[in-house]
Amino acid sequence: MHAMTYALEGLGTSPFPPDVQEHCLDLDGKAAPSARGSGGSNIQLELEGISLSFGGVTALNNVDLAVRRGEIRAIIGPNGAGKSSLINVISGVYRPDRGRVQIGGNSYAQVPTDKLARLGIARTFQNLALFKGLSVLDNVVAGRAYTVRSTFLGQIARVGVARGEEVDAHDRTQRILAFLHLENVADRLAGTLPYGLQKRVELARALVAEPDVLLLDEPMAGMTATEKNEMAGFVRATRETYGTTVVLIEHDIGVVMELSDRIAVLDYGRKIADGTPEEVRADQRVIDAYLGVVPENEDGAGI
Amino acid sequence: MVSIASDLPVSSTHPRWLIRAALLAIAYLVIPFVGTSYLFEAILLPFLALSLAGVGLNLLTGYAGQVSLGSAAFMAVGAFAAYNFNLRVEGLPLVASIVLAGFSAAAIGIVFGLPSLRLKGFYLAVSTLAAQFFVQWALTKFGWFSNNSASGVIDAPPLAIAGIGFESAAGRYLFALTIVTVLTFLTLRLVASQTGRNFIAVRDNETAARIIGVPVLRTKLLAFAISSFIIGIAGVLWAFAYLRTVEPAGFNLDRSFQVLFIIIIGGLASIRGAFFGAALIVVFPLALSRLGAFFLGDIFDSGVLDMSQRIVLGGLIILFLVLEPDGLVALWGRSVRRLGSVFGRS
Repeated sequence: MHAMTYALEGLGTSPFPPDVQEHCLDLDGKAAPSARGSGGSNIQLELEGISLSFGGVTALNNVDLAVRRGEIRAIIGPNGAGKSSLINVISGVYRPDRGRVQIGGNSYAQVPTDKLARLGIARTFQNLALFKGLSVLDNVVAGRAYTVRSTFLGQIARVGVARGEEVDAHDRTQRILAFLHLENVADRLAGTLPYGLQKRVELARALVAEPDVLLLDEPMAGMTATEKNEMAGFVRATRETYGTTVVLIEHDIGVVMELSDRIAVLDYGRKIADGTPEEVRADQRVIDAYLGVVPENEDGAGI
Repeated sequence: MVSIASDLPVSSTHPRWLIRAALLAIAYLVIPFVGTSYLFEAILLPFLALSLAGVGLNLLTGYAGQVSLGSAAFMAVGAFAAYNFNLRVEGLPLVASIVLAGFSAAAIGIVFGLPSLRLKGFYLAVSTLAAQFFVQWALTKFGWFSNNSASGVIDAPPLAIAGIGFESAAGRYLFALTIVTVLTFLTLRLVASQTGRNFIAVRDNETAARIIGVPVLRTKLLAFAISSFIIGIAGVLWAFAYLRTVEPAGFNLDRSFQVLFIIIIGGLASIRGAFFGAALIVVFPLALSRLGAFFLGDIFDSGVLDMSQRIVLGGLIILFLVLEPDGLVALWGRSVRRLGSVFGRS
C-alpha cells in the first residue's frame, strides 16, 4: 500500500515534463544533473556493462551504474529485478559474465572479496549475516579484521602490535556503538537480539571498518515504520558524520525518495531509469514497471 | 549445527579468575596430598588427558566449526613423536620433546585440514576419517615409529624435568595438571583474541567473514594447526602419564568419537565444557560399573557393563543434542544462576 501512495504523490509533484526525463536517462546518469550539483569527475564506484545470468535466467543485463563520492545512491526495482545481484557483483560474491567494476581507479572483472574491506567497501546483507555466537561488541570488533597484522602468538601474549590493535579496535567499536545507540546491548549475544537491532548491529559492523563506500542490502526490510525512520536517520547521519558514500537497496519507496540523492531503477535485470528522486518518480517507464502498478509484493517484499 | 553460545558467566558476584584460582589451589595444594593412587590412575589422569584433547577439538569444532573425526590420530602422532624425539635425540629435555610432538601433530593437522578449504560439515568429517585410518596404518606398518618393538607396544620414558622425577601417581598427576593448566590458559587467551573471533566468524558465516576481511582459508588451517598441536600434547599425556605405554591401538576411532562426545556433552565452543564433558566420560563408566555391581551383583559382568555403557552413552548424546545442544556447561550456568537468585532473595 505504501508504494502505491507514494507513487501517486510523486505523480502529482513531478517537476519535469516527460521529455526532459527521457533526455536525462539517455545520458545514463553520469551527466544527469545531480541533486548535490557535483560534476562527473569524482566517481567513486562504477559498474560498466554488467551482465550476469544463472543458468538460463538473466539477472542483470548490461547495467551501468556510477556512484559519486559522498552521495546516497539507491537502487530500486520489483522483486527479482537484480538489485541484490548488483550488490553481490560489487562485493565480489558473484562474478559477472560480462562487464567490469571500477573501484577507486582499479578495474575488476571480479572484485576480490577477501580484499573488499581494504578497498574501502563494507556491506550488510539482506538476510542477516551476523556471527550469532559472538556478543554484539565482538561482532563489531570483528569488523576491524581487515586491519589485523599481528599473529595469534602475539595475540595470546597480548604484547606489541596485537595489544595496540586490540585497544584500537575496541575504541573504534565503542564510538560506533555509541553512534548507533547500541551500548546497552553490547554484551548480548548477537543472535538473541530482536530483528531490528540485529540489522543495526550489522550496520555497526560495516561502519567500524570506516569504509569509503557502504553497501546496504535492504537495511529496512521487515522493520516497523518507527524502526525504518530510525534506520534512515542512521544512514543519513553516517553520511553527514563520516562522509561515507552509501549504495542502498530498499523496497520502501517513501524512505528511498526521502533519503537518496540519486536513484537507479532496475526491472528484469535492466536499468530503466536513473536520476534524482523527482526525475525517477515522474518517469513513465518506472511508473509502468514499478510504482504505478503494484504487484502483490508490498507484503512479502524482498523476502 | 545449532547456534552456539560462548562461555556463560558463572556468577556475577564472584569474578571468574577467583573461581579459577580457587580450583587451581585445590588441584595443586589439596588433591596431591589427599588423593589415593586409584583416584590419580583411574580418574584424574585420563580426565586431564581427555580434557586437554577436548579443549583442542573444541577449538576446531566448537569455535571454528570444522567437524573432525581424527582426534585420536593427532593424539597418536603426538605420542609417537614425543617417544621418538625422546629416543633419538640425545639429551633433549622431555619438555622439548613434548613441544616438538605438538608441532609434529600440528603439521599433520594442517595436511589433513586441507580438505576443509573445499569441504564442509559432514563431508569434511568423513575426510578427517582419512587421518584416523592413515595414521594408525602408518604407525602399525612402519616399525621405525615404535623402534621395531616386536609387540608394537612400547614403554613410555620416565617423566622427568631437570632431573626431578614425576614417576609416582601423584607426580604424574602434577605433571599432567601443569601442562593442561598452561595450555588451557593460553587457549582461553586465544579464544578472546582476534583469532578467536575469526574462528567463530568463519563458523557462523563464512561469506560475511570473508567480506569483513577475515582470511578464511588461513583461519581454517590455523584452527587445524593449533587444535592438532593441543590434541597431540594430550596424546603425549595419555600415553606417557596415564597409560605409560605407547601403542597405536589405543588411538583408534573409538577414542576420536570419545573426544567428540566430550565436547558435545560438555558444550561446544566452551573451554570449561571440555572439562565437564571429560569428567562425565571418565567418571560415568566407573559409576556405572559400581552401581551395576551393587544392584545386579554377578549378572553385571564386564560384557554387560560394556554394552550398557554404550547404550547409556548413546542415549545421553541423543538427549543432549535434542534437549541441551549447548551442553553441560549451559546446564551448569543455568543452575548456578538459579541458585544465585534463590540465595540472593533470602
